[in-house]
Amino acid sequence: MATMTDPPRESFRLSMLIYDTRYRSLTIQVIALFAFMLLVAWIISNTVQNLASLGKEVEFGFFSEPASYDINQRLLDYTSRDTHLRASFMGLLNTLVVAVLGCITATIIGVLVGVARLSRNWLIARIMTVYVEMFRNVPVLLWIVFAMAILIESLPSPRAFRGENATQSLILNDSVAITNRGVYVPEALFSRSLGDVRLFGESSLRFDVSLDLVAIIAVLAASFFVFRRIRIWAERVQNETGNRPTTWHFQVAVLVVPTFILLAALGFHLGKPELKGFNFAGGTHLRNSLIALWIALSLYTAAFIAEIVRGGILAISKGQTEAAGSLGLRPNRIMSLVILPQALRVIIPPLISNYLNLTKNSSLAIAVGYLDITGTLGGITLNQTGRELECLLLLMLIYLCISLTISVFMNIYNKRVALVER
Amino acid sequence: MSDTSFVRTEMLAEQDPPPTSVGVIGWLRANLFPNWWNAILTVLCLAAIWYVLSGLLGWTLRSVWTAGSLSECREVMIETWGSTHGHACWGVINDRWLQLLFGFYPPELYYRPILALLLLIAALAPVLFADKVSPRLLYVTAAYPFLMPWLMWGGSIWTPVGVAAGFVVAYLVGRALRGAVAGLVLGILSAIIWWMVWFGFPVQTEVLAAGLGEGLAAISPDTAPFLLETVESRKFGGFMLSVMIGVVAIGCSLPLGILLALGRQSNMLIVKAICVGFIEFIRGVPLITLLFVASTLLNIFLPPGTNFDIILRVMIMVTLFAAAYMAEVIRGGLAGLPTGQYEGADSLGLNYWQAQRLIIMPQALKISIPGIVSTFIGIFKDTTLVSIIALLDPLGLSNSIRADTDWNGIYWELFAFIALLFFIACFGMSRYSMYLERKLKTEND
Repeated sequence: MATMTDPPRESFRLSMLIYDTRYRSLTIQVIALFAFMLLVAWIISNTVQNLASLGKEVEFGFFSEPASYDINQRLLDYTSRDTHLRASFMGLLNTLVVAVLGCITATIIGVLVGVARLSRNWLIARIMTVYVEMFRNVPVLLWIVFAMAILIESLPSPRAFRGENATQSLILNDSVAITNRGVYVPEALFSRSLGDVRLFGESSLRFDVSLDLVAIIAVLAASFFVFRRIRIWAERVQNETGNRPTTWHFQVAVLVVPTFILLAALGFHLGKPELKGFNFAGGTHLRNSLIALWIALSLYTAAFIAEIVRGGILAISKGQTEAAGSLGLRPNRIMSLVILPQALRVIIPPLISNYLNLTKNSSLAIAVGYLDITGTLGGITLNQTGRELECLLLLMLIYLCISLTISVFMNIYNKRVALVER
Repeated sequence: MSDTSFVRTEMLAEQDPPPTSVGVIGWLRANLFPNWWNAILTVLCLAAIWYVLSGLLGWTLRSVWTAGSLSECREVMIETWGSTHGHACWGVINDRWLQLLFGFYPPELYYRPILALLLLIAALAPVLFADKVSPRLLYVTAAYPFLMPWLMWGGSIWTPVGVAAGFVVAYLVGRALRGAVAGLVLGILSAIIWWMVWFGFPVQTEVLAAGLGEGLAAISPDTAPFLLETVESRKFGGFMLSVMIGVVAIGCSLPLGILLALGRQSNMLIVKAICVGFIEFIRGVPLITLLFVASTLLNIFLPPGTNFDIILRVMIMVTLFAAAYMAEVIRGGLAGLPTGQYEGADSLGLNYWQAQRLIIMPQALKISIPGIVSTFIGIFKDTTLVSIIALLDPLGLSNSIRADTDWNGIYWELFAFIALLFFIACFGMSRYSMYLERKLKTEND
């Protein structure tokens, strides 16, 4: 007599799509996909209809038309006769400039403030707390326009530097002029310059690369390589014989001497700003808009970084320091071998997300008239050509690319330092 | 041979610590002057504080409060102190503070935003201080989303009542078909039918869209009682506008963020892909580009002829923006829960939503409170960005006040006032989150 062990096979019913957990997730996914595709199709069809009724079509030909607006703070050569593409390119470079500058200064200030908040000195810790709370609880846009107002309203005009009885003078050995039209700093000049190499011909993305700069970077990289080799060699000798050879004077010489020789060979000198007529000429002119944006973004982001650094240091328990000490490590080795690697694991991911925030906040440049990518592509170009769809989509795409690039680096770092869990 | 050894048999009484290590002096020595290096720093800090405070307090207190214009202010300063330097002209705040708070909202209707604010406090109280306030206030919380637009934009009471009734219908239908997935679908359908019947319109997206915004009055029956005077969106401004956008974005982004976080955590590939794509896209672009989309592009994406309110468009965009950040914060909380919690919920036989509601979310949200509140603070601060698309938030108003010949050239007083308002709001939020963390802290963690 055969016993039935299997339950009778149910035939498939339609209601099983909803009530049977084996099929339900499939049903939901299919519905979600359909809904999503319907939404996209709806938006696209609306867009097509609206554009047709406005008499517009999606095309990017306007990028090759002359931009006919000026960008006063820029890295490369640009005139108002250049194309919109060139203008957007300048804007992108401006975004990157302020982002990189801001990230560097924000990190320096943030780390100092974060450490100072943990100071034994009650007064310093309190002052830093006031700084952090003040910047974290007031909108960054307010800080940016505030910094701009301070620069314009409270700094002397170039006129104050002129004449016999000038009320103002250049600082730092007559090389830096701080005025209400911006800051003039000396520029690096080479009397025996190697010249420039122009990449991408005469196109809108043309890019002059200074061969002097390339040479300097190459020499520095080579010096650094030799520097590393000396250290590795010293370590090997130490491992074999137990005595570490003294190498620091070699290392310093390797780092410094070749660069100095190269600079001398190129005829390096500084071009200082000089008062000509009503304004300064020569040197590099950093405009108020750039300075204000840079200062405000740095101080604002530094307040967040300070909290991250403080949290990172507090996250490492005191037992780690004590254990390292009981192993016989000296205090600076404890810091570099035990505390920092662990604290950095806590600090770096939120730090990078703050860099990301700083880069995105740099789009507020539009409030002070610094022409970054939002000001050029999403601002003047958009208004002049009336191509909202193309300009905004492209603008978002560019920011998305920047963000995703930074995220990728962050993920690589996270993978490298992640705790291996067993 | 004399015995010189000595053994003390009675204990010595405890001595007081040296006077330099206790009391004020002891504290000063320990915290301000522990060594020469810190002593120098302390003195430098004191000098810096003295310098900043003397300048700032002098500027704030030795100031002019009653003046109709900047030139009048300067005249008073010259008369009183002999110079215009180092004295604040609070006359501008005295003259324009109502504008900075309410924008161009009609002055005779100021009671409406004030009432909305009081109701907001009443609606938030049972949520924020659940253990101290009567739970009956939750009815105010439930009614607030419908009352607030009515109070702010005006129109007939029947519009918000109709919208609210739609939700009640959906709830009742869903409840009647309890346990059935069909209940959810039918509930939503019946609500839509209800709204169509109530407003007496065929389904036309533009009307529905208009019905949400400034057209509240235009589409409601004129015969209705409780007809409030309609106020157009372009008259909204000042701190009121910031609070409105902030409250809507904060209120809507939390549930939306939870859904997105759950979608990102789910093992349904397509749902996960959609959620990840949305979150990464929104987090990858600056808010200002999304506001540009709201001001120029959103009308192109919607059916031809749609033209709904700019403030509503901005609210939608800020909400979506906030939701993406919220989703990441909550995902962090979800990831922080041990797997045992999920398995424990499964072993109790709870289904997905029960497990989320009873086991997972209460713990995950508790872990993520600091992140959630700092997202709230960020969103509230980011409402100032609407000044770039020409909405009159406090910063936008400060520009238009400066454009007036009376107050041309006044900066610091306006900035200080706006900064103070934001600081109070944001600092309050961060203190509240610390209070909540302390309150929810249990023995186990």
